[in-house]
Amino acid sequence: MPRVFSKLSLRDWRETVTIRIGYGRYDYKVVPGLYCVGNPTADSPVIVTANYKLTFDMVRKELDGIDAWLLVADTRGINVWCAAGKMLFSTDEILRSVYTSRLGEIVSHRELILPQLGATGVAAHKVKKGCGFKVVYGPVWATELAEFIKNGNTADEAMRTVTFTLKQRAELIPVELFILGKPLLIIIAAAFLLSGIGPDFFSLNAAWTRGLAAFCATIFGILAGNMLVPLLLPKLPWRYFSPKGALLGIGAGIINIILFASVLGTGESLALLIWTTVVASYLAVNFTGSTPFTSPTGVETEMRRVIPIQGVATLLALIIWIAAPFMS
Amino acid sequence: MKDLRYLEGVATLKLDKDACVGCGMCQTVCPHRIFEVQDKKAVIMDFDACMECGACAQNCPADAISVTPGVGCASYLMAVWFSKLTGKKVESICC
Repeated sequence: MPRVFSKLSLRDWRETVTIRIGYGRYDYKVVPGLYCVGNPTADSPVIVTANYKLTFDMVRKELDGIDAWLLVADTRGINVWCAAGKMLFSTDEILRSVYTSRLGEIVSHRELILPQLGATGVAAHKVKKGCGFKVVYGPVWATELAEFIKNGNTADEAMRTVTFTLKQRAELIPVELFILGKPLLIIIAAAFLLSGIGPDFFSLNAAWTRGLAAFCATIFGILAGNMLVPLLLPKLPWRYFSPKGALLGIGAGIINIILFASVLGTGESLALLIWTTVVASYLAVNFTGSTPFTSPTGVETEMRRVIPIQGVATLLALIIWIAAPFMS
Repeated sequence: MKDLRYLEGVATLKLDKDACVGCGMCQTVCPHRIFEVQDKKAVIMDFDACMECGACAQNCPADAISVTPGVGCASYLMAVWFSKLTGKKVESICC
């Protein structure tokens, strides 16, 4: 039986940082199966988790000083909630884990502690029927696990409630920026290319000066949409995410056109202001996918209304931007 | 989550009171605490806090709850719309 430490090594912490940035997050797994933490006996609790190493680390770290069995389901390296939504952390997977680890021969009791957020993919009554183990839903966050066990496997309302604190929102920012990747590079290349178009067909000088302003307009939009929106989320007005992003986007866009006031005409300033606003507004809508309170039906409702507006605004900004050099 | 709310009246959550056996599993698993068991029947206390995770429906032994959240997150929805325009297959890009 593999034994795991309840203290994270320097390497674990280093990897946690790189994963938080987004690097290698799709291939950060541990081998599924049964592990022991401390010196568990046949009476020790069984805690079930996903095989995403970040999740695995968070759970074992919280079990410091507790003797327990850690049953790691094969969720293909995806965290509990996302895996539950994709039916990877599922009734079938729990049954498979229980049978392949021969858990019934190792422990004398018939109880599994599952993370509450795993409930999206698991039917407790079907697990009971399938393998005889009763599912007890533990707290939402692993940090409450020790308290939950100490209280005789009971969770209070706070343990059962999902939160989205400033710290949790801030942790998402690096990965939000990282996943922009390829589309961002294409947009930047296009911005420099389009900026060079003018009355003398193509001007390298204009591509650079106007391109830089357009590049910064994009970056300001990204910072507003991907950084300020998550950070200021509870303070921003309106239910829809797109106006929250647009509001911060207008602010960021104004700063950008002031910085580039010496090289931009009125039309060009307007075009960049629209562009920064659209970028921030779009990324704000995109951020709904990372929050734990926006319903998919709500997101679809919002997108059907605002994506066409964002599309038209982008087109308008593009037309003004390309036409501007021919007007002056 | 009282300070963070999304659109109202859109969630697809449905509760069949007659089928409910009052076991309280929905109340246990809901991460937004929207259910309460009153007089041996589950009651939806805060409909608009529902994020359609489906935990309640999944764990209801009486099949009294249904949630049909549709296609999912924003980037996935964009990929679906793009694939309709271009005719290409949808690449999975979500978490």
